[in-house]
Amino acid sequence: MENIFRIIVCIKQVPGTTEIKINPQTNTLVREGIETVINPFDTYAIEEGVRVKERIQQSGEAAEVTAITMGPPQSESILREAIALGADKAILLSDRAFAGADTWATALTLKKAVKKIEGWRLIILGKQTLDGDTGQVGPELAHMLNIPFIGYASSIEEISFQKITVKRLAEDRYETFEVRLPAAVSVGKDINIPRVPSLRGKLKAKNETIPVWRAVDVELDEKDAGLPGSYTQVIKIFTPKHTYEVKMIEGGPDEQADELFKKLKQLSIV
Amino acid sequence: MEIKVDEKTCTGCSLCKNVCMYDAIEITGKLARINDNCIFCGACIDACKFKSIEITGIPEQDFDFSGYEGVMVFIEQHQGSVAEVSYELLSEGRKLADTLGTKLYGILPGYDLKERIADIFCYGIDRLYIAENEIFKNNIDDIYSKILVQAINRYRPDIFLGGATSFGRTLLPKVAAIIKTGLTADCTELSIDPDKKILLQTRPTFGGNILATIITRNARPQMATVRPHVMAKAAINQPDNNRTDNYLKYAGKIEFLKFDPLNFKTKYKLLSQEKESGQSINLTDYDVIVSGGRGIGGPDNFALIKELADVLGGVVGASRAAVDSNWISYPHQVGQTGKTVNPKVYIACGISGAIQHLAGMQTSDIVIAINKDPYAPIFKIANYGLVGDLFEIIPRLIKKIKSGKSSI
Ligand SMILES: Cc1cc2nc3c(=O)[nH]c(=O)nc-3n(C[C@H](O)[C@H](O)[C@H](O)COP(=O)(O)OP(=O)(O)OC[C@H]3O[C@@H](n4cnc5c(N)ncnc54)[C@H](O)[C@@H]3O)c2cc1C
Ligand SMILES: Nc1ncnc2c1ncn2[C@@H]1O[C@H](COP(=O)(O)O)[C@@H](O)[C@H]1O
Repeated sequence: MENIFRIIVCIKQVPGTTEIKINPQTNTLVREGIETVINPFDTYAIEEGVRVKERIQQSGEAAEVTAITMGPPQSESILREAIALGADKAILLSDRAFAGADTWATALTLKKAVKKIEGWRLIILGKQTLDGDTGQVGPELAHMLNIPFIGYASSIEEISFQKITVKRLAEDRYETFEVRLPAAVSVGKDINIPRVPSLRGKLKAKNETIPVWRAVDVELDEKDAGLPGSYTQVIKIFTPKHTYEVKMIEGGPDEQADELFKKLKQLSIV
Repeated sequence: MEIKVDEKTCTGCSLCKNVCMYDAIEITGKLARINDNCIFCGACIDACKFKSIEITGIPEQDFDFSGYEGVMVFIEQHQGSVAEVSYELLSEGRKLADTLGTKLYGILPGYDLKERIADIFCYGIDRLYIAENEIFKNNIDDIYSKILVQAINRYRPDIFLGGATSFGRTLLPKVAAIIKTGLTADCTELSIDPDKKILLQTRPTFGGNILATIITRNARPQMATVRPHVMAKAAINQPDNNRTDNYLKYAGKIEFLKFDPLNFKTKYKLLSQEKESGQSINLTDYDVIVSGGRGIGGPDNFALIKELADVLGGVVGASRAAVDSNWISYPHQVGQTGKTVNPKVYIACGISGAIQHLAGMQTSDIVIAINKDPYAPIFKIANYGLVGDLFEIIPRLIKKIKSGKSSI
């Protein structure tokens, strides 16, 4: 197993937001049937990991993808999904002590885990999660590992054992960077179109044993994990008060266009 | 650390279960039980009418933050032009500083800046720290992070703010990681707790369906990135267009940071930068966004959307359906897997209003929807709704805007 190019893909299980609705009467969440899914951007991260693996393998070298997640025991299911989609191995970081982690504590826990994995050259993350929605874990993790981080990658132009060239979307432009490996990148939706799980992958996913690493296994002190290890703390969660009241602009297209024009004028847009 | 339900006061009413996003609460025998899915978000504690739920065992420590003072804003520029969000942050920063009775500082790394920085002084800034050097010509994370860290370590601000732009969202996490402090991403509201004098950072999660208020409990500065276009820009004195002499006029408020450029080594080699030809893709920079969805029918019809955007001085957005059909490029996509925008006016044309689309635009000030289906969900969150064929309405609207008058 020497000189293997290992790609680590960080994924997170999130509540599928499609089902999240607010009950207008009570202003609380209607949470019936919330299913949990792989964070949408992380599906692109998995696919890109598998593609990098294939590219390295095509050049005659060995490569493997390891998917990791930190989360409650039930997060195991997304790791199996990752295997079905082409990941070779998976590790579940799960411990009561990890609960309540902010991005800092999450990044630290992931860092400790990455340090235990041999031969990693590249870490791929989603550009942000649905629930956390910060995009901070990637840059924080990269800093903790002292490796460069390139966010919002829209294509991996070149990859070898030594370096990677990444095109990424900045505010109003694309930038292409070259950095030495190991490095971390985060990906958006434009980087690839994820494949569907293969039959072989599904089979492997069913039979694979997924190791569970606890705080002690990654040598993380409990005071540095979860909420105690976090710098930030959520003190309140509430639903915004939307008072949507739609005003319909009626009539034929002429009247509608006219009325809308007047509205835009009132709004000082025209 | 532990989360506990008081068995004596809990009635098993399910209020907590209803707000839990993580399937962590079960009601058995008129009692709420919290399982291992719990992430300690605290939503249930707020929801419980009987004060039965409590998180215990959070290490309480007394921290002395008396050495930290003032609000510092990272002023972002690219090749000399200052990002709009920086002015918004200065306006907000001024308010926070006034509430705290403290000062507002700016930190501006860049290259070839001088004549272009005059506007910054119209927002009540007390001192602007400038780091001007060729090394800041391109926006490279590790170079910028070093100068920000230096400024924070030297001047010890109590609060540090930056824009939630793509640069800000990679740069500030790096800075926070180096300084070892918390960072709250994408805030839409900032305020000061009147008793504790700490920064309350409120931000949307789950596509704006939920808001969370976050504090930085045990480190300084309290750092946050703030969404562009959310905070109002409030110049205290009007920017003066005669920029050439402005800079010297404010010299008393400027301090040039001392640093050795040789210490700013980078791991990044920038090979190229390119703009997309023809259309702006920086959606968050505009007050008006005109978006097209599947109802546009095909790539060529985006010309109509573009024309409307142009006459309104806006930019073109799109639904995922339009992007996935390759009618328009991904940077235009609005929504959960695209950009989050909040312009003054968002015009959705031929977009049904799927929840993932709404996640990216429902905080816009005014939403106008044009759709031929009266039951399209987009009308539920729109301020103005037009049921009809966009191909009939939009050309007429463009004509009126161009001629400047209404016909009826
Ligand atoms: C994980 C995930 C992430 C997603 N992320 C996003 C995202 O970021 N952004 C996003 O937009 N979507 C996203 N989606 C997709 C989303 O669920 C919808 O499929 C998508 O938004 C639909 O796009 P649309 O409204 O353009 O198309 P449709 O739903 O097909 O709606 C087209 C509308 O056009 C109207 N129409 C047709 N012809 C005309 C006409 N001539 N005049 C007027 N109206 C007309 C129709 O009545 C219809 O309402 C995501 C989905 C998933 C599962
Ligand atoms: N608990 C976690 N376990 C593994 N990866 C994570 C976790 N949280 C975040 N990530 C990764 O970091 C990215 C950014 O997350 P966030 O900073 O929460 O928006 C995600 O797309 C994942 O790739």
